[in-house]
Amino acid sequence: MSTTPYHDARPLLDSAAPRLGLLARVHLDGPLILGLLAIAGAGQVVLYSATRQDLESVIRQGSRLGLGFAVMIALAQVPTQYLRRATPWIYLIGLLLLMAVLAFGDISMGAQRWLDLGFVRFQPSEIMKLGVPLMMAWHFADKPLPPRLGHLLVGALVAGVPFVLIAKQPDLGTALVILSAGLFALFLGGIAWRIIIGLGAIAAVAAPLFWEYGMREYQRQRVRTLFDPEADPLGAGYHIIQSKIAIGSGGIYGKGWLNGTQSHLEFLPESHTDFILGTLAEEFGLIGVCILLTLYFFVITRALWLASRAPDTFGRITGGTLALVFFFYAFVNTGMVSGILPVVGVPLPLVSYGGTSLVTIMAGFGILMGLHSHRPRT
Amino acid sequence: MPLRARVADLRQTNLAARRLFIGRALVAALVVLLAFLGVTARMAYLQVLNHEHFSLLSDQNRVRLVPLPPTRGQIFDRKGVLLAGNLTSFHLDITPEQVGGHAAMDALLEDLRGLIELSDGEIARFKRLVRRSSRSIGVPLRFNLTEDEMARVAVNQFRLPGVDVRNDLTRVYPQGQHLAHVVGYVGRIDEAELARLDPADYSGSSHIGKIGVERSYEELLRGKVGWQQVETNAQGRVIRVLESTPPVAGRNIYLSIDSHVQRVAEQVLIDAGFLGAIVAIDPRNGEVIAMASNPGYDPNPFVNGIDAKSFKALNTSPDRPLFNRALRGMYPPGSTVKPFYGLAGVELKERERYSATFCPGYFQLPGQEHKFRDWRRGGHGRVDLDRAITESCDVYYYQLALDLGIERMHDFMSQFGFGRLTGIDLRGEKSGLMPSPAWKRRTYNQAWFPGDTISAGIGQGYVLTTPLQLANATAALAMGGKHFQPRVVHALEDQATRTTTVLQPQPLPPIPVVERRNWDAVVAFMTHVVHTERGTAFRAMGRGAQYRIAAKTGTAQVFTLGQNEKYDASRLKDELLDHALFIAFAPAEAPRIAIAVIAENGGHGGSVAAPLAKQVMDAYLEAYP
Repeated sequence: MSTTPYHDARPLLDSAAPRLGLLARVHLDGPLILGLLAIAGAGQVVLYSATRQDLESVIRQGSRLGLGFAVMIALAQVPTQYLRRATPWIYLIGLLLLMAVLAFGDISMGAQRWLDLGFVRFQPSEIMKLGVPLMMAWHFADKPLPPRLGHLLVGALVAGVPFVLIAKQPDLGTALVILSAGLFALFLGGIAWRIIIGLGAIAAVAAPLFWEYGMREYQRQRVRTLFDPEADPLGAGYHIIQSKIAIGSGGIYGKGWLNGTQSHLEFLPESHTDFILGTLAEEFGLIGVCILLTLYFFVITRALWLASRAPDTFGRITGGTLALVFFFYAFVNTGMVSGILPVVGVPLPLVSYGGTSLVTIMAGFGILMGLHSHRPRT
Repeated sequence: MPLRARVADLRQTNLAARRLFIGRALVAALVVLLAFLGVTARMAYLQVLNHEHFSLLSDQNRVRLVPLPPTRGQIFDRKGVLLAGNLTSFHLDITPEQVGGHAAMDALLEDLRGLIELSDGEIARFKRLVRRSSRSIGVPLRFNLTEDEMARVAVNQFRLPGVDVRNDLTRVYPQGQHLAHVVGYVGRIDEAELARLDPADYSGSSHIGKIGVERSYEELLRGKVGWQQVETNAQGRVIRVLESTPPVAGRNIYLSIDSHVQRVAEQVLIDAGFLGAIVAIDPRNGEVIAMASNPGYDPNPFVNGIDAKSFKALNTSPDRPLFNRALRGMYPPGSTVKPFYGLAGVELKERERYSATFCPGYFQLPGQEHKFRDWRRGGHGRVDLDRAITESCDVYYYQLALDLGIERMHDFMSQFGFGRLTGIDLRGEKSGLMPSPAWKRRTYNQAWFPGDTISAGIGQGYVLTTPLQLANATAALAMGGKHFQPRVVHALEDQATRTTTVLQPQPLPPIPVVERRNWDAVVAFMTHVVHTERGTAFRAMGRGAQYRIAAKTGTAQVFTLGQNEKYDASRLKDELLDHALFIAFAPAEAPRIAIAVIAENGGHGGSVAAPLAKQVMDAYLEAYP
């Protein structure tokens, strides 16, 4: 025991903790679930107002949440080694589907994101939101850490290929989620600080090139309007201006539930989907925003803690990456709605109306909880 | 390697990896914390530091001021007959935003064509409007929907997105031509009016009084616009009313004119077939009893914009139906000025009441060849003021004019309002003309000749009067010098309180009376015109008169005869025939009506104009005994 500097570290080959609660026995983490439920509950309350008291929408979203929790519980039961064995296949199938989307995908809203399988239309990029963290972890799990340069380059490809494929659809929001997953995995895998700094420097140089050749005009327009929304108040800047008005007019205490004028009178676009934080900030003020951010912070740190308790590198990197992807959602969304980040289509996790990403996120938490409690059998 | 050692090694590796992970996770947690603090700081910046700014923007977003147009006051005759009212009409609006693109709009219009009658012109006009207005605002497609059409639209409403039937108030003139010249009409506000008026007063209303009472009482009829503070959504649709100041309906107007008497005045002109005008005034207060100008026109097409062809037809018609002859027609008064000149002669001591002038049938200025002829070629012989008025001797007035001189004639006649605006409560009145040497020099840069004075002496030459002026001067004569600004409006009614305010008479400075008997004599001689056999109006109206009438006939030359030419009506074109004029008041002893009649190219005043006046006076005195 003296070999470990961590006072709480238990022998790694112990079969199970001596006292197991009911939740632990089904591989669930009570505090994390409570945090998720709190966010989802708050989201339902805000959604009711943002949909202008359309109970039907709230119920539909509630059932999606229910589905999400079910998927989460189910995935928590999957033993880690099964998951680890399935990882390359999940990733490979995801990659093939992404290519299929580019080849035969449906065009909706000017972008090819959907794949029609005859019985169901779905976005293969959702698979990659789990596939990339898993594949990154799978890749680094049997490598010496911190990884060598060659391994890092392979890791970069694991995230880079789906990033490019998704960005080509084009779906910048999801592509950035995938990219962030890759970067988080590299970071958690222990990539040396000097490489991080070096990459930062390369990014600084590459950014202008990316701006010129890597982005579509509408994406550039989004970035431009971020820095000067008033320049195009009725076009691309409208979202940001109205969202800032919604947030700012909420004040410290907010206008009160169901009293938000910006969202109710339809000035705030997408007031129940990507911009639902504007509705929340308008009706519940700074206090409401702080409570929500606190809940997110709690969920993320709890998830990181759970990840750190995973018995092996595969589990830790998968869990940590999923936790940070969740953070990425929350940060990019709050940042874009409050006007400090460009408008990229990233929902506010567990709060925004919409099903696909919700289920993926919950699936991620399911995997994360399973990683923590399934001990490898040796 | 033995199993134990391998396990220990694995454990060691794993511990190192785990330590590494925990370090990285702590850094990540720190980054998460900083990121969220950054977002919180941004939120605080928006919600605390800039809260007021954004609150204001939020209110500006949602709160709009919507004008509530007032209901325009109605116009009635003296007894409450509706002359100008407001009719709820229905029009069909399409809100482009709710329809969709061009293809959808074309399909919708085609669909509507199957339901209601739509001309190509209406569709073209609609498309023009659509291009110019906001997509969220309803654009009118068809006005004045019939009940059938409304029903057809209502039944199909569910498949006609963006189509609304809306109602508004349209001005209507149920009497059509009747009283049109007095009531006037409203029309769409034009550019010139837009520049002149305060747009706030006309927020939400598109029409303004153009002419007649509609114009001159515009401010009172219009009322006061109300405002509503409403909350609107991003599409501009009203969600709820926050605050509202109701509009104040315009004042209802009661004319002094009795529709029944007016109708008689209009009809007698129509029946006699003359262009012309009749104005009757209550001499006791200046209220207009009737004001007819023939021909009239229907004001209704003007309300929503008369089409160019119809307007051209009205505007270029030789009968000039849009021209209010009573107010703006300027005619030589002819012999109708004779009682006034006669009064001037005795009041200004140029004549005794019974002193006589010899009339040989013509008049010559001393030392000149030119003969000013009397209408009776053989002359009247010895003529005093009585005969000069009763038989309308010209020579008496030629000599009198010469003795009075044009300056004194001008000044005396001006007191009765000749050559001056009466100040009636209608716009566009003409002042007529009472000439003076100063006027002639100013206008023509010519000297005044004695011959000008002679012509002026029988109401010819430069002298011009409007029928309104003539009637009002007659009223002043009837009242012994008291006279008033004529008015067509009798009372105003507040629509909210239902209280009626009767307008007070507007007296003009009375004409100074030198000797009351002079006035009485002139009035008496004027009754002789009607009630004695020698009177010029005896045959036309004197027989069987129920009341005593004081009157004077007039026959005004439209063109000047050559020196030795004889006036031959049968050889003259219609428009060169003499105008027939007539002034009168009755009952002579206590006048309640003063009237002036002009029948253009009617010929002789006594035989043509007098009977018209008689019928109007009969109608009035019968209705108001």
